[in-house]
Amino acid sequence: MEDTFKPKIIVFCCNWCSYAGADLAGISRLQIKPYFRVIRTMCSARVDPEWILEAMRLGADGVIVAGCHPGDCHYIGGNYRTRRRIALLRSLLKQFGLNSERLELAWVSAGEAQNFADTVNNFIERIIKLGPSPYRKAKQNVPAASDSKEVVDA
Amino acid sequence: MPEKIKIAIAQGATCSGCDIAVLDLDVELLKLFEVADLTFAPLAADIKFKDVEAMQDGEITICLYHGAVRNSENEHVAKLLRKKSKIMVAYGVCAAFGGIPGLANVTSRKKILDTVYDDTATTVNPEHTRPQTHYVSPENHELQLPELFEEVKALDDVVDVDYIICACPPTREMNVKLLNVVLDFVNGRADLPPKGTILASERTLCEECPREKPEKVIIDEIKSVDYTKLDPDKCFLEQGIMCFGPATRAGCDSKCIKVNMPCRGCMGPTAAVLDHGGSMLSALASILKVSSVETELPEEEIEKLVEKIKDPLGTLYRFTLPKSLLKRVVKE
Repeated sequence: MEDTFKPKIIVFCCNWCSYAGADLAGISRLQIKPYFRVIRTMCSARVDPEWILEAMRLGADGVIVAGCHPGDCHYIGGNYRTRRRIALLRSLLKQFGLNSERLELAWVSAGEAQNFADTVNNFIERIIKLGPSPYRKAKQNVPAASDSKEVVDA
Repeated sequence: MPEKIKIAIAQGATCSGCDIAVLDLDVELLKLFEVADLTFAPLAADIKFKDVEAMQDGEITICLYHGAVRNSENEHVAKLLRKKSKIMVAYGVCAAFGGIPGLANVTSRKKILDTVYDDTATTVNPEHTRPQTHYVSPENHELQLPELFEEVKALDDVVDVDYIICACPPTREMNVKLLNVVLDFVNGRADLPPKGTILASERTLCEECPREKPEKVIIDEIKSVDYTKLDPDKCFLEQGIMCFGPATRAGCDSKCIKVNMPCRGCMGPTAAVLDHGGSMLSALASILKVSSVETELPEEEIEKLVEKIKDPLGTLYRFTLPKSLLKRVVKE
């Protein structure tokens, strides 16, 4: 499976802790599987739930939102909002039929390069086990209103 | 007096509440009929599809289509009326965003048919008969039934839509507004608004809410509207009741709010938002109280806190599931 399935994973990193942690992981030359893309935001609370849903719609197999540890937020309370949103979003994604394990919240500080590498590696392993996101798979062959808006002759 | 314009009211997957909403114009209807003829309105007048098919393209000036698109008949009506109408209005939240019928996207066509034709307690169907779309009876009568689609769609997924009127059902004030747009156009007083206009406010409901606005809303937990005594002057969110005001477009004159019921989001999202439910989720999660022991709280506690919100999908996407980002439920 691992040879054929290369997951696409989005990692949202907050500017102050997690992105610096990811940077340090790179500088320290820690080995991380190359299946993730980092998007830097000023705070983990800046990650709008819409963006995560949009990532899922576009076929991302998993999303990690990484922020400062509780109590360490650069904006004092941003990550408390994040953890509530992510918890609610996980139960929403479950209802959408996705495995809620596809969305992960991680606390990574600027010094925790190893933590960042481990979090991403473990997550990638988990996603490879889960397989591709169902939103990525081809549409089933079932009756549906045609996608073309062209008006056919009545 | 210019020639009368032609109006059509078409039905998709609808409860027909929107038809009633048009009738709710009462005395204003007389003004409407001074300038307009009702050419196609299955609920009010006897007219067949072949009469519409015989019309010239663009002969109908304005068509109000209400209801979602969820079977081949809905699609046919939408495409036929689009062809015959100059202006197509997605009328009501079902046509605009999928509405309540759009919640069928949480299940599949097969499951719906199984429930209706097999699983319900009062159904006896040992041969597991399903409705056929085409049947020739022994007397040689040909019968046709529309095909149920896998997915519910909004009107503008299927045809080009000129204007959108949200709400469930559109209020009398919105109808009067639309009527005035039509009257101004017919009498040459004003041009039509640009295509894609949503006849409502560009702001959120909170902006026009008549209740006292708290400086900051912080709540301990989400409560059920059924078991809570509601203060008629205080913000619903402040009382712990889920109110869709922060994420929902204004323009409904706060009708529910004024009768002490929280907003459920039938006006849909504002233009700045990609996903109504996601936007409300964000607002809702942000007002849950942060306590002094937050740093000690394990994630499980947070999960328990948000578990108080029952059925997030059905609540957050009550009216907009087919127009949300993920559109439908999938199977892993």
